[in-house]
Amino acid sequence: MVDAEIQREAVLAAVENVAARIADEKSHLTDLDSAIGDADHGANMNRGFQAVVEAVDGDEVDDMEPDELVKLVGKTIISNVGGAAGPLYGGSTMLASTELEDGITAETSVAFAETYLQKVQDRGKAEIGAKTMVDALVPAVHTYKKSIEQDDLPPLTALSKAVDACERGVRYTVPLRARKGRASYLDWRSVGHQDPGATSTLYILEELLDTAEEYLDGEVVRDARSPDVPDESPEETADESLGGEDE
Amino acid sequence: MKKLINDPADYVDEMLDGMIAAHPDRVRRLDGTKVLVRADAPVEGKVGIVSGGGSGHEPTHAGYLGNGMLDGAAAGEVFTSPTADQLEEMVRACDSGEGVLCVVKNYEGDVMNFETAGEMAEIEDVEVAEVVVDDDVAVEDSLYTSGRRGVCGTIFVHKIAGAKAAAGGDLEEVRTVAEKVVDNVGTMGMALTSCVTPEKGEPTFDLGDDEIELGIGIHGEPGVERTDVMSADEVADRLTEQVLDDLDVGDGDEVATIVNGMGGTPLSELYIVNRRVQEILGDRGLETWDAWVGDYMTSLDMMGCSVTVLRLDDELKELLGAPADTLALKRTD
Repeated sequence: MVDAEIQREAVLAAVENVAARIADEKSHLTDLDSAIGDADHGANMNRGFQAVVEAVDGDEVDDMEPDELVKLVGKTIISNVGGAAGPLYGGSTMLASTELEDGITAETSVAFAETYLQKVQDRGKAEIGAKTMVDALVPAVHTYKKSIEQDDLPPLTALSKAVDACERGVRYTVPLRARKGRASYLDWRSVGHQDPGATSTLYILEELLDTAEEYLDGEVVRDARSPDVPDESPEETADESLGGEDE
Repeated sequence: MKKLINDPADYVDEMLDGMIAAHPDRVRRLDGTKVLVRADAPVEGKVGIVSGGGSGHEPTHAGYLGNGMLDGAAAGEVFTSPTADQLEEMVRACDSGEGVLCVVKNYEGDVMNFETAGEMAEIEDVEVAEVVVDDDVAVEDSLYTSGRRGVCGTIFVHKIAGAKAAAGGDLEEVRTVAEKVVDNVGTMGMALTSCVTPEKGEPTFDLGDDEIELGIGIHGEPGVERTDVMSADEVADRLTEQVLDDLDVGDGDEVATIVNGMGGTPLSELYIVNRRVQEILGDRGLETWDAWVGDYMTSLDMMGCSVTVLRLDDELKELLGAPADTLALKRTD
């Protein structure tokens, strides 16, 4: 595995890439949110990631271990995004950063992804099918874990498959009726709209993949983006929960 | 809409500055935050009690800073949860080594930010416990919550948990008694008018001159029923009976009550409501041990009220009656 300095560089590059992407997509995210939420997701996320770029733009980060750097990223998001998105994106990043204490490897990145997902679910109390970021995160994390641990794929290929699964998760939110967050207030009127939190999650993962391509040997096999069955099928789980509850 | 404000962006900052100017010996502000703590925080040997949430509910929360109630109060923007890092700073500033209890109203943003703050503080070796108040009997789920909302019953939690901490209870004992309050308290509110938030400058919802809204929360979020104007007695009947039915209290039970103003209702009208509330309790064979009337948990300038009922036992009575010396609430022996 690459040494701590290169890992730190990779984290910084990822931060820049994600921040630039969120800035580009700011209006799009806000448009998605204005359809079913309170129309601030793009602005909130952009404010948070611009603050992150500023926070890591100093000499003091030179002495930080990769996990400390990731922790700083999370903490900065918490204090600048606010609302529910602050704890969901920032808090989960911060708390999952402890999984990277031994550096960023295939194994620790799986642990990071699982803890991140766990924290999001603990906080948000949302299950698959509630039209939230969980619908994009669960297939992504499960696919990543399976690709590394069971299929023994290189991390880059695994990440590529995770992005693909995430993308399908995002599309899956479109026909759903929201049952969590602000969008749930619209009930049936939320159907037909793509979830903004799931969408921003995909943007972040896509930028992580692009950054990883720069830092990891090997190239992404684009075929890897073809659908691969995650451990848990969103559709099946959702059908069960939809059938069991009538609000 | 006429308001006594300057720039809406400075609303919370200027309010906090004004509070400190009124009580410089009692409260101080943590640098770079919107957190107020008791001037003497952390109090040596005592479990810290903290709360917080959006601004606009004054005197909640900073009004309850002082002996026998809160050690820290975090003020978010109007109707917006404080961020987790500010809550964490508050927790750490109020920890004397005995741990800290966070009293959280059940609104999604509040719950998530407090949970994150608690985990952040625990990383720094502060022992943190949390109690989530969900006393609003009007709703099951709402615009901002999973489950029932946390409203005026929170003040009883502050009072009783604060008294337990002041009496030397450890973190687990304080948390347990706070949970007991949550299990035995219910509230229901109503609005005669909408509130006007400083940023928006106009009513949050439209309510006709001849309409009222029952089952309202504390952010101008929708209630459960919009109906024609009723008399004070009819309003008191609806609110009180729904709370009593939910609590399932009956003959011989002792209770404490709050008839709480939403910020825009005169005390005279709250007394008129309280008169009827106490009649209903008497008719049901309940004995009121303590009746509070006033603005405890407001919704800016909204006209309306809520009724809170707490079922008491000997322990709760003793703690509710214990001395408190805070900016907004004073009890003597």
